[in-house]
Amino acid sequence: MNAPHSPQAQARVQRIWDIANAHRHMPGALLPLLHALQDAFRYVPDEAVPIIASTLNLSRAEVHGVISFYHHFRREAPGRHIVQICRAEACQAMGAATLEAHAKRVLGCDFHETTADQAVTLEPVYCLGNCACGPSMMIDDEIIGRVDCETFDTYLTELRANAQEGA
Amino acid sequence: MTRIYVPIDSSALSLGAERVAQAVQREAAQRGVEIELVRNGSRGMFWLEPLVEVETPVGRVAFGPVKPHDVAALFDAGFMSAGANCTHPLCLGLTEEIPYLKKQERLTFRRVGITDPLSLADYEAHDGYRGLRNAIAMSGADVVKTVTDSGLRGRGGAAFPTGIKWNTVLNAQATQKYIVCNADEGDSGTFSDRMLMEGDPYCLIEGMTIAALAVGATQGYIYVRSEYPHSVKTLRTAIEHARAAGYLGQNILGSGRAFELEVRMGAGAYICGEETSLLESLEGKRGVVRFKPPLPALQGLFGKPTVINNVMTFASVPVILDRGAAFYQHYGMGRSRGTLPFQLTGNLKHGGLVEKAFGVTLRELLDDFGGGAASGRPIRAVQVGGPLGAYVPESQFDVPLDYEAYAAMQAMVGHGGLVAFDDTVDMAHMARYAMEFCAVESCGKCTPCRIGSTRGVEVIDRIVAHKADAPVREENVELLRSLCDTMLAGSLCALGGMAPYPVLSALNHFAEDFGIDRAA
Repeated sequence: MNAPHSPQAQARVQRIWDIANAHRHMPGALLPLLHALQDAFRYVPDEAVPIIASTLNLSRAEVHGVISFYHHFRREAPGRHIVQICRAEACQAMGAATLEAHAKRVLGCDFHETTADQAVTLEPVYCLGNCACGPSMMIDDEIIGRVDCETFDTYLTELRANAQEGA
Repeated sequence: MTRIYVPIDSSALSLGAERVAQAVQREAAQRGVEIELVRNGSRGMFWLEPLVEVETPVGRVAFGPVKPHDVAALFDAGFMSAGANCTHPLCLGLTEEIPYLKKQERLTFRRVGITDPLSLADYEAHDGYRGLRNAIAMSGADVVKTVTDSGLRGRGGAAFPTGIKWNTVLNAQATQKYIVCNADEGDSGTFSDRMLMEGDPYCLIEGMTIAALAVGATQGYIYVRSEYPHSVKTLRTAIEHARAAGYLGQNILGSGRAFELEVRMGAGAYICGEETSLLESLEGKRGVVRFKPPLPALQGLFGKPTVINNVMTFASVPVILDRGAAFYQHYGMGRSRGTLPFQLTGNLKHGGLVEKAFGVTLRELLDDFGGGAASGRPIRAVQVGGPLGAYVPESQFDVPLDYEAYAAMQAMVGHGGLVAFDDTVDMAHMARYAMEFCAVESCGKCTPCRIGSTRGVEVIDRIVAHKADAPVREENVELLRSLCDTMLAGSLCALGGMAPYPVLSALNHFAEDFGIDRAA
């Protein structure tokens, strides 16, 4: 964590202002702005809330309300990789519950949690649109279909290897 | 130079299509063979993906499912020149002769899998933008009448007559009107929107442009769920190309009329598939459902008259303006006119996209296309219409897929997605999941949904825990039915209002899973 007035922290705040200002005049700006922040920082930093409120002339409560409403936006930095496992009906019909249990056991964490080595944050997702190829999961932006426990383990090994290399 | 097709559709990618494409390019380069690699949409036969096609003088020949390590052997077997006579075991013959495709009626999906999704030249060569050219020469009222006469109804699931919605917006007086596309395809068992956005994006753009010209709207938004990043990228690129070619912008095809289009990304909220919640989200707010009236057609995005329709609704418009209302209306039955791209999903051997005229039955889809359960076990239940749709038992598999016929049995055709379950399914668990999902995704505004769903999970847990204790079980079953009644009648929108559908269908048709003796 940077000290509040360190050069890094100030640069961060400046970057947040730049992103906010770039969206100032867009109709319905808040969601695109939040996406831009999460794309830049991998989560929406707390410092961003008053900046967004000021830029879009909203209350901080309103901004907080929007961020907390949508499952996609994170308030904290995630692990190196985000693994989302589909819990919806079509994937359930093909054994997603077994995959879910396996993943939690192997990762040693529950949904919305990050592994101890910070390699993976595990999240549920409700449908990836890959419903004829279940069980499905998404690793960062990549969708993987027909995931059995063995496939999951193979991907996990690769993710952990990437994490160690500082990828 | 031979054209080889390897799909770029997300489902194909999820099964390794990218590495197959790389292997094809690598092998061709190593052998000094010149190829043109086209990344097309998926044909929608997912047990065959990655499906590789080769262009030959007699048509396209298909090979699948292809793994990267199969590619060398395909080249060795002369797959590029042997055509349909290729003896390689992965050869499927001429793509268009494959029965799964041949038996369909692809009016909306006519180009998906066939064209290069981002090639305007390809789009135009396959009847693209003929509908728009016709519409430009017509009055707005005539375009609306054509859509009305076609019988097209909202393909998102509510099935409201599209022409009537457009007519309301046409006649509204306002300084600004909007076209909004609902691409928040969050229902499990659905992917037709995704396939079309990735496989034929110009079709959606053309449909929205026709709508804009018809009602006098100059700005459009496509709200795509955040779980579909490939759709977002593909649409944004397609919009750029369309703008450059004069199909979008300030002067469409030299008509002097304007329509600007933008993609906006959702953020993981299922409720934003509800039209008023979507509008709130587009406006930068929490996706809280609005009361109706006022209708979005009169007070929609930013309070202005708005046509808001599903991807499939807009995608059905170009063919209607190209071939005419009578052509489209000719397909179907009763008040369900035209075709629906059904999505066969879940525990099936041959999951995929099957576009057929309304009137086909679930049994026909499962037998003639689905191929039975992937597990080899009997199919016990099929959820039709998404998470808010009923679980249909085998006794109802012969009811025609028609909006009214399904509504009459407390079921829903919805967006045309169907999820098959084999006989290992625990229907009490699925009923519980329906309530759980409702609780997770509730916008929180109305009590029946917000609280009812949470209590629903608890009541079902009590029933299951007391399966063998008849008095306690029966008391809770009665409570569950009463709760469902409240949610059905008292919820503000279809999330709380229809969550009881799957629950009641489980109770009514699969009572044994709740410990209830059927004979009782």
